[in-house]
Amino acid sequence: MQSCLIVDDSKVIRKVARRILEDFDFSIDEAGDGQQALERCGVDMPDVIFLDWNMPVMGGLQFLEHLRARETEKRPTVIFCTTENDLDHIRIAMDAGADEYIMKPFDRDIIRTKLQQVGLI
Amino acid sequence: MSLSETSFCRFADLLDRRVGMKLAAEKSYLLGARLGPLLQREGMNSLDELAAALGKGSLRLEAEVAEAMLNNETFFFRDRVPFDQFRATLLPRLMAARAAQRRLRIWSAACSTGQEPYSLAMILAEEASKLAGWSIEIVATDISRHALSRAEAGAYSQFEVQRGLDTPRLVKYFSKEGDRWRLSDDIRRRVRFERANLTEPLRFTDQFDLIFARNVLMYFKPERKTEALKRLRASLRADGALLLGAAETIFGNKDLFAPDPSAVGYYRPAAVFSSAARNEGRMATQS
Ligand SMILES: C[S@@+](CC[C@H](N)C(=O)[O-])C[C@H]1O[C@@H](n2cnc3c(N)ncnc32)[C@H](O)[C@@H]1O
Repeated sequence: MQSCLIVDDSKVIRKVARRILEDFDFSIDEAGDGQQALERCGVDMPDVIFLDWNMPVMGGLQFLEHLRARETEKRPTVIFCTTENDLDHIRIAMDAGADEYIMKPFDRDIIRTKLQQVGLI
Repeated sequence: MSLSETSFCRFADLLDRRVGMKLAAEKSYLLGARLGPLLQREGMNSLDELAAALGKGSLRLEAEVAEAMLNNETFFFRDRVPFDQFRATLLPRLMAARAAQRRLRIWSAACSTGQEPYSLAMILAEEASKLAGWSIEIVATDISRHALSRAEAGAYSQFEVQRGLDTPRLVKYFSKEGDRWRLSDDIRRRVRFERANLTEPLRFTDQFDLIFARNVLMYFKPERKTEALKRLRASLRADGALLLGAAETIFGNKDLFAPDPSAVGYYRPAAVFSSAARNEGRMATQS
């Protein structure tokens, strides 16, 4: 089973995403901000990270910079999942090392599309 | 919503005649679900009232009912695999077969709001270096004027651009205008849209190398489907390929098409194609 870390400061979004991702057979872990997410990745690197942009303590982009700067054995797939929906944000995220980008609101079809794009399902 | 037996039959007959759609009795709820806005526009209170109005022979109303009943659901790179197959297998094969003419014609035969032909156009844009000097036509048709005008505009909602489309392509081919995502002129220019009803004789005089007829024949009655497949067969070159939707088959029409051994999911014209059938198809194509 592949593992997924959902990083979002909204409990509701984490719950919705969890429900969909569990159906695609991922084991789920959650973090409420980038700092927490980095700690989780230090203990156990997930296969894929669902990442919000705007979060307290440490935002998604800063988290991604830290993550990609680290020497890690496994390179996790990062899928941004945010309300930021203009081309500039998307370009910045992809340049910073995101593999895919989802604009909220999302649904099952959109998540399926993106997981397929990055070869996870 | 109230619906008498006679009214149901009137709707079912209209849909069969105008778009080839079969409306089974257990699907009668679709009438209520899809005709609501039309009833409201017409200031009518029930489907029976609409059926009665249809009985007076208004062609405009008939057209609007047919249009409203169509399912236009589609998305970019739908089912993904056929598009991978197109790039990896069919395109190289067709290019080898047409190396002398350097010309390919592709038909998206129920293109809805355009995602299907535009997905093909994106792949062709990505293969441009191999296609220098080639003339490639993508003709996209649908019966729905509403869907066609959206397709021609090439502007999509945030929801639509995320279904099937990967982010690198979104960034490469789209720009954002307000809350709409607009496809680049380069991709839009590659597709020509026209209206065509697959239950009627076609106007094309020239055959195609590849036909996509996905998720449309499944709404037809078996005999309508066979008629439509004959027309598609007559419009397809002998070494061309046909693609149906992922859940569709040529069931009952083995004399027309056979699975393509080298491209999973695609069909090719059946080897034995009686000359009678060919003539029938030709006439249909030319009339
Ligand atoms: C479900 S969509 C499929 C779109 C696309 N081919 C796909 O697979 O994603 C079906 C389309 O068929 C069109 N259609 C239905 N009956 C038709 C007919 N008799 N002739 C041409 N198009 C028809 C509808 O307007 C609709 O756009």
